[in-house]
Amino acid sequence: MFLTHIWLIPLLPAVGAAVMFFFGRRLQKATVSAVCVGSIVLAFILACGAVWQYSAWSSTSDNFHKPYQTILCTWLGSDTGHLNYRTQDGSPAPLQADVGFLLDPLSSIWLLFVTGVGMLIHIYSTGYMAHEGGYYRFFGYLNLFMFSMLTLILANNYVLLFVGWEGVGLCSYLLIGFYFHRKSASDAAAKAFIVNRIGDAGFLLGMFFIAWYFGSLRFIEVTHIAHSGRFSIGDPIITAATLLLFVGACGKSAQLPLYIWLPDAMEGPTPVSALIHAATMVTAGVYMVARSNALFVLAPTSMKTVAIVGALTAIFAASIGLVQNDIKRVLAYSTVSQLGYMFLALGVGAFAAGVFHVFTHAFFKALLFLGAGSVIHSMSGEQDMRNMGDLGHRIPITHRTMFIATLAIAGIFPFAGFFSKDAILWETWSREGGAYRFLWYVGYATALMTAFYMFRLMYLTFHGRPRMSHEAEHHIHESPMSMTVPLIVLALCAVGTGWLGWPHSLGGSDRFTKFLEPVFAGEARVLQEEGRTSQLVAGVEEQHNSSTEWLLMALSLAAAGLGWGMAWRSYRHADKGYTEPIAAAVPPVYDVLLHKYYVDEGYDYVFTGRRKLGNVRLGVLGLGTASAWFDTHVVDGAVNAAGWITRLTGTISSWWDKWIIDGIGVNGPATLARILSYPARLFEWGLVQWYALVMTAGLVGFVFYYVYR
Amino acid sequence: MQNHILSIILFTPLLGALVLLFVPKENKDAIRWIANLFSLGGFLISLPLVPMFWAQRFEPGFKFIEGSPSNWIPTIGAGYLIGIDGISFLLIMLTTLLGWISILSSWTAIENRVKEYYVWFLILQTGMLGVFMALDFFLFFVFWEAMLVPMYLLIGIWGGPRKLYAAIKFFLYTLAGSVLMLLGILFLYFHHHALTGIYTFSLTALYQTAPKIYSDPAYGPNIAILLFFAFFFAFAIKVPMFPFHTWLPDAHVEAPTAGSVILAGVLLKMGTYGFIRFSLPFFPDVLMHTRVRTWMIVLSLIAIIYGALVSLMQKDMKKLVAYSSVSHLGFCTLGIFALTPLGLSGSVLQQVNHGISTGALFLIVGILYERRHTREIAEYGGISNVMPVYATITMIMFLSSMGLPLLNGFVGEFTILQGTFMENWRWGAWAVPGVVLAAAYLLWLYQRVFFGTVTNPKNEKLHDLTPREVLTFVPLLIMAFWIGLYPKPFFQILEQPVNQIVANVRTPQSGGVVNAATQPDAAQAPIATTAAVIDAPTRVQPTKGTK
Amino acid sequence: MLHITTLHYLVLGAALFLLGVIGVLTRRNVVIVLMSIELILNAVNLNLVAFSRLWGGLHGQIFAIFVITDAAAEAAVGLGILIAFFRNKETVNIDEVNLLKW
Repeated sequence: MFLTHIWLIPLLPAVGAAVMFFFGRRLQKATVSAVCVGSIVLAFILACGAVWQYSAWSSTSDNFHKPYQTILCTWLGSDTGHLNYRTQDGSPAPLQADVGFLLDPLSSIWLLFVTGVGMLIHIYSTGYMAHEGGYYRFFGYLNLFMFSMLTLILANNYVLLFVGWEGVGLCSYLLIGFYFHRKSASDAAAKAFIVNRIGDAGFLLGMFFIAWYFGSLRFIEVTHIAHSGRFSIGDPIITAATLLLFVGACGKSAQLPLYIWLPDAMEGPTPVSALIHAATMVTAGVYMVARSNALFVLAPTSMKTVAIVGALTAIFAASIGLVQNDIKRVLAYSTVSQLGYMFLALGVGAFAAGVFHVFTHAFFKALLFLGAGSVIHSMSGEQDMRNMGDLGHRIPITHRTMFIATLAIAGIFPFAGFFSKDAILWETWSREGGAYRFLWYVGYATALMTAFYMFRLMYLTFHGRPRMSHEAEHHIHESPMSMTVPLIVLALCAVGTGWLGWPHSLGGSDRFTKFLEPVFAGEARVLQEEGRTSQLVAGVEEQHNSSTEWLLMALSLAAAGLGWGMAWRSYRHADKGYTEPIAAAVPPVYDVLLHKYYVDEGYDYVFTGRRKLGNVRLGVLGLGTASAWFDTHVVDGAVNAAGWITRLTGTISSWWDKWIIDGIGVNGPATLARILSYPARLFEWGLVQWYALVMTAGLVGFVFYYVYR
Repeated sequence: MQNHILSIILFTPLLGALVLLFVPKENKDAIRWIANLFSLGGFLISLPLVPMFWAQRFEPGFKFIEGSPSNWIPTIGAGYLIGIDGISFLLIMLTTLLGWISILSSWTAIENRVKEYYVWFLILQTGMLGVFMALDFFLFFVFWEAMLVPMYLLIGIWGGPRKLYAAIKFFLYTLAGSVLMLLGILFLYFHHHALTGIYTFSLTALYQTAPKIYSDPAYGPNIAILLFFAFFFAFAIKVPMFPFHTWLPDAHVEAPTAGSVILAGVLLKMGTYGFIRFSLPFFPDVLMHTRVRTWMIVLSLIAIIYGALVSLMQKDMKKLVAYSSVSHLGFCTLGIFALTPLGLSGSVLQQVNHGISTGALFLIVGILYERRHTREIAEYGGISNVMPVYATITMIMFLSSMGLPLLNGFVGEFTILQGTFMENWRWGAWAVPGVVLAAAYLLWLYQRVFFGTVTNPKNEKLHDLTPREVLTFVPLLIMAFWIGLYPKPFFQILEQPVNQIVANVRTPQSGGVVNAATQPDAAQAPIATTAAVIDAPTRVQPTKGTK
Repeated sequence: MLHITTLHYLVLGAALFLLGVIGVLTRRNVVIVLMSIELILNAVNLNLVAFSRLWGGLHGQIFAIFVITDAAAEAAVGLGILIAFFRNKETVNIDEVNLLKW
């Protein structure tokens, strides 16, 4: 029942959004909350039911480990089979995109944490946004976001996934720009959308390559054909397709070089940052790459690219996070960095570990953002950590839950982050016979940085001396129940979710990886078929080498401890005008980090053209200016010149006609005749009666002449 | 009724114009009511066509044919011959809808010479419908030229400050193209006579003979290419393709709002329609065997990117939308010259979408202009504070224009891109930046006009949309969502004509001269083979669900 | 009783003719000029009828009727022109009819 009505899950928030769109303006705040939160709670219940039924369904012998697919109708395409295109082998394939839903372990995981975290954040928002204008608008957008995200997760084909993909981008745009009065907010919104669009362009092209190569865009069919062994590893078209898909993922999941929108996206309300820019939407790229794992394993180049980009992003963003002062920006760079971890895992082929990190990260990062929101709420909107301090005992629930989340993200045993991060580091170390081992060092350094900046955040916010103004200090209060309860629930998750993936080496059973096995199992088969079994065997052998794994775990725990210790030493007693250790040691480095490596400025000079390089404007705006100039002066100039030449010819012709043809040719003889006529005209003086008199006189004269002759 | 529905649709606006002639010009409200009544009537009368057409959407050939070849001027073989297929059906429905909306939107915008305005508008409406219905080349040309005059007057009389420049530019530019087309028509006409001994302008007859010019030793490929370009100039100017587009921004900026809506929504489609209806079936070999097609594609790609770039830098809202039209129409021509069923059907769909979205965008700009009498972007800011409903509708229409999924623009663009990509992936890849740039110029415009606080005191008192203004948007919004959410009916309507045209173009034409007088059956060949090409081995439909 | 001969008619006709010619040549009012033309025509009529009676043929009488018709038409057209002229120049003085004067 839940499984067959799986389409209700995205539909419910859509209905909520539609209600807000048409009637929201006239509704009470309580009604708005009831409709919007209610729809998500219902969706969560349906999601739980569907996953529960799916696990029962997929363990029956008929459907063992199969994905569940239901197709409602055709969306794109004529559904007659006659509107076709040609695939690479010349056979026709129809234009086809269904409204169809797919549930398998991978989408189950996303479904659960998206609806779960989404529900908590909706509840939290009823408290956080209680005093804000545009309440219904906010919840309408949130529901629209949930609809898009759930469509993205449950889609059974790339095109429908793209619908959700663009939909979440739109909602992200609308919510970042929620405070549209602020120029910075609307700038950030537009930036987010356009950067995402660049990624989407790559995604579109990747999709077309897949359609051209496989003749279908349904996940099941594409996976099936990819596993069929028709394609060799390193196939250039598949490599191109996967690289393009990864461009899309870079846009959505904020990887180098398209990460720039995410830190700016913090202009949105904090629950939005928690839901969209930490827990759910930004993991869509990870989801899409994991969903396309059958293609990625056929393209080692793409896998390497994913791994390297992920690792570089992780350390790059973490290093920026070390020195940021805005509490939400620290968390934003932390998110970018953690997303880098996930891509590192995907890139080395440890899909399950990457997904596991998405899962745990969703909880503790949402918790961190919501906690930060609670801090900001209590500080009357202050976001700068330099003006905080000593909040620990004034907002105790926020403090404790955030501390748990910090332990989790820093990777302290036995909190959730420890398990997922260690799984990634271990896989990086051991996969492909150690081919990716150099990336392990990058990941390890990132872990150290993560611990440092997170504990820096904790100490600056909750410990040290109070550095805020007296007025702000006076208003500090713990947040209402609607905000603290979600914090507590998330804190429990931040502790416990990691235990789902308790590794074998520590005596666990790693149920998480086992659950995902049907989705990623095909990969091992492909590797074996390509005769790289030796490498695989080497990897497997190493996996059983628990002592190495223990050593790595100890090392990463040590890194976390070291980072904690350094933060403790530097910020424990932070008072007004405290010194940053990095600024004290190497000022230029601090400067570069504080200005985020000047990447935004660089992009403005080179790509957007918002800043001029000397007198020259480069980038898109430069191209635009040049094109506009070209258009008015050259293209339209040519048109106007044609008109001008025509008129000039006309003027000359008309002069020729008037003075030469008409003047000499026609009027000349006339003038001559006129001159000659002067003597004759003397006889004509114009009085009729004189003429008559002359006539009569002549007549009489003639009569006399003839009579008296 | 059943037999004459096309004529009834075609002449209802003209009847309205005639009726208006008998109303005293001082009685402005009566004139407005009558004009609105007839335009709404024209739309309502076209609605029964929908179920009638739907019932026979998969049948080949033209439907609802009226008249016969050479019943009009028998001595030269010109006839009142009209009929439609799926492509013209969609464009006709778009025309009747937009005609109604633009007349409704002019209620308060036009204050002087009201009577003449509505009379010309209704005549224009008949002219446009005639272009999409005509199956006789002579009739087509009459309508094609006939709608030029009303549009010229609409811009020239009710336009903005530089209206005379814009109107004359529009008229002369378009006329220059039409004259070349006339030459082309006459060539085909006499060529048909030379082959068959019959003087006729009937399209179906010319379809048989025109493709033979290419391989005819008496003429040869070069003559065929020349002929192609004779038609190309007429259509490319109308579309407008780069570099023949500069009349468009001027005409749009100076035209009254309703004129812009019709200009963008329908008039531009005549160019693309001409390509589909004439250039493709007449000159298949020119497109398939020469470099001409690559040039067409390159021009389309330039239009897409260049139009978007220029659009990005505009300071006048209407000019921005006008250049965005250049970009969007680039997608349409790209889809046409990809010569694939997907590209072609996406192109027609995108033409309809462009009519809906860009028509709405011009209405949107017109509403601000009516209130503030300026279109300078810098004059605005923070409008969403004072006009929230307007801001919402604008946002939806912007999103539809930039091709967001579940709105109409995406369906067309996606289909075009896929169709083009499958023909040559580089073409598809080059078109994609246009999608990104579309988001850039539209969102930037939205940010500058709607976001922020109201900085200009003149904008503080702006009132939100009136019910009449909302009414003008409702049908467009419904269509935008319909095409976005459930485009299947549109694909089904387009499937048959599109497959037929592509098959005609891609079927190799018989070499050498075929003397149809001695071989009457040979002339039928291209049409008969249409179905075979694409339909042949279709992929087995995957079973629904795996349960 | 004086017997009225043809000569009487001719003398009367000549007198009328002279009156008419003098009127045409001397009067400045176009209406009177037109009336004088009527006198001339009627003098001609008198001659025609007189000679017709003298010779006993009908040609002269028929010609006289032609002339009467012609006079009526001439008067109509002439007066029409005169009215049009009067509307333009507000005068019927013949000296001012000088539009065609070079």
